[in-house]
Amino acid sequence: MTASKPAIARDGGLSLQQQRQKAAFWFLAPMLIALFCVAAWPLLRTVWFSLTDTSLNNLYGGKWIGFDNYLRVQTLSNGTVRYKGTLVDPAWWNAVWNTLRFSVVSVVCETVLGLIVALVLNAEFKGRGLVRAAILIPWAIPTIVSAKMWAWMLNDQYGILNDMALNLGLISSKIAWTATTDTAMYAVLMVDIWKTTPFMALLCLAGLQMVPRDIYEAAKIDGINPVKVFFKITLPLIRPALMVAVIFRMLDALRIFDLIYVLTPNSAATKTMSVISRENLIEFDKFAYGSAQSTLLFAILAVFVSLYIWLGKVDLSGEGGK
Amino acid sequence: MAKIELKNVKKSYGAVDVIKGIDLTIEKGEFMVFVGPSGCGKSTLLRLISGLEEISSGDMLFDSERVNNVLPSQRGIAMVFQSYALYPHMSVYDNMAFGMKLAKASPEAMKKRVLEAAKLLQIDHLLERLPKQLSGGQRQRVAIGRAIVRDPRVFLFDEPLSNLDAALRVQTRLEIAKLHHSMSDVTMIYVTHDQVEAMTLADRIAVLRDGRLEQVGTPAELYERPNSIFVAGFIGSPKMNFLTGKFAADHGCTTLGIRSEHIDVVTGGMWTGQIVHAEDLGSDNYLFVEVGSDEPLIVRQEGKLTMKVGDTVSLSPKDGQLHRFDQNGKPIR
Ligand SMILES: Nc1ncnc2c1ncn2[C@@H]1O[C@H](COP(=O)(O)OP(=O)(O)OP(=O)(O)O)[C@@H](O)[C@H]1O
Ligand SMILES: [Mg+2]
Repeated sequence: MTASKPAIARDGGLSLQQQRQKAAFWFLAPMLIALFCVAAWPLLRTVWFSLTDTSLNNLYGGKWIGFDNYLRVQTLSNGTVRYKGTLVDPAWWNAVWNTLRFSVVSVVCETVLGLIVALVLNAEFKGRGLVRAAILIPWAIPTIVSAKMWAWMLNDQYGILNDMALNLGLISSKIAWTATTDTAMYAVLMVDIWKTTPFMALLCLAGLQMVPRDIYEAAKIDGINPVKVFFKITLPLIRPALMVAVIFRMLDALRIFDLIYVLTPNSAATKTMSVISRENLIEFDKFAYGSAQSTLLFAILAVFVSLYIWLGKVDLSGEGGK
Repeated sequence: MAKIELKNVKKSYGAVDVIKGIDLTIEKGEFMVFVGPSGCGKSTLLRLISGLEEISSGDMLFDSERVNNVLPSQRGIAMVFQSYALYPHMSVYDNMAFGMKLAKASPEAMKKRVLEAAKLLQIDHLLERLPKQLSGGQRQRVAIGRAIVRDPRVFLFDEPLSNLDAALRVQTRLEIAKLHHSMSDVTMIYVTHDQVEAMTLADRIAVLRDGRLEQVGTPAELYERPNSIFVAGFIGSPKMNFLTGKFAADHGCTTLGIRSEHIDVVTGGMWTGQIVHAEDLGSDNYLFVEVGSDEPLIVRQEGKLTMKVGDTVSLSPKDGQLHRFDQNGKPIR
């Protein structure tokens, strides 16, 4: 076959396809190297640490101990068997539960609210550009700043929210929103939803603007009422964009750290996987133990994302839907 | 099924007047074509009739009933869009049945109607496919099928063929003509900027220019008795030849118009000039003859050509085929 085609033997006789792949490789190489240095290497190190007894003041002196940080079976001299390690640590499972609860509730609320905001912004009205810019403000404020800001607003003594709720007669006495176990999660959720809804709205808006206008006009002529148009036409058409938006948010939510660290430090009601593993890594001098928890966090994320992509048939390649 | 009357209909977007007062009656069962150059307001006028846009002033009547404030879905219209506007996530069947389904039609009636329409358009083997799995021509037929299923009083088409290639355009044009014959009591309004489509499909043509009606009439009327230079130049292919200056003054007008097929090559004719270019279309030849006017005269010659580029020929218009226009572009008759 090849002999019959007088190939122009340049570039070592590579075919056009091979040349293209070679060029693509060189363009991608810097990115791959950067990704390896900032993502793959730390990740591999963490996994390695989790299998050793490394401590914070002796990072390179760790010895291999296998899976003892995850689960270790101890048989005491009197014959009782005891399990140790992060997999049987109630604090860890509390954190996992907190994280999941936080992620699901916040992402669901943000998606619904974001979609509503996006639908409003997608309508044509005067000053739409201004409103679009304004709605992004919560997203633009650094989390630390907005967390501190809300911490003050939620403050039990001086907080404006307590003051307003009290004056309106909604509550009978001041509530320590962030310190009370019952309300801490709500406080965190509220701030996160406030902050991230604009981001969701913007992603939804981008999806909405992909829907051609004349499809709506065809629906108008078909005489389909707006609610049905939303559920039968708009929603199916923006579903791919929505699924990608949700997974981005979900990944973010499962790793939540900064907001909780600032707003409700040391509250068992809101402690998440990231918070607890940092605690172990840095504060409790259980570096390897914390590494094990970080590794588990990564594993949970990976499983979750795979399931989501598989079950939701999410198209991350951007090729479908054409 | 509907007689449509437009009475001094105007439309403006903010300060921009797009439709500047149109009076037009479209008879029941008529095939009316709107033509005009790009941006003259054809689509806008169609959308006003459909109800997708609200008219700014004037009246619109369907069968003598004022429909100014009637919703598109209540007007008994169906529309075929230039971009097809199919629902991308629904199968061909669902696309066609969607309106009926949500109107809670009985499943049997719905199925019957959809299948009938699909048969008529020869898309009954495609019913399970998604729009993205269809060719352009098939998509357009699905869009037409969806319109048929609505069983409308008025069919509206906005440049339905402009996304198709030349061969498919001719074929689909034929199908639309057949459709018009098989649904002879349905009024059809068709927008195009292609005057061949207009001439071949229309019962009557409305030529629009800059938001106003320039002339309304049958294709033959427009071709033979254009009411202005604009219509004379717009209808017909190749474009009518226009002569000015002394050529026109000889005939007592400002502009003299003559169609290419109305010029004979003779000896000792009215005009002489050199052939600067020739186009051979097989059945016809078009000679471009430089007679000293602004542009060369285009002359149609049937059959085999005995002349070649560079030859000097003498030309004469056929009797009674000269169009004379005054300085306002109006015909002198
Ligand atoms: N929503 C709108 N707002 C402002 N101006 C508009 C709007 N829609 C149309 N126009 C203007 O109205 C004029 C007529 O537009 P229209 O779409 O009816 O033209 P058309 O005759 O269909 O042209 P084409 O052959 O290019 O489709 C154009 O000058 C256009 O810019
Ligand atoms: Mg148009």
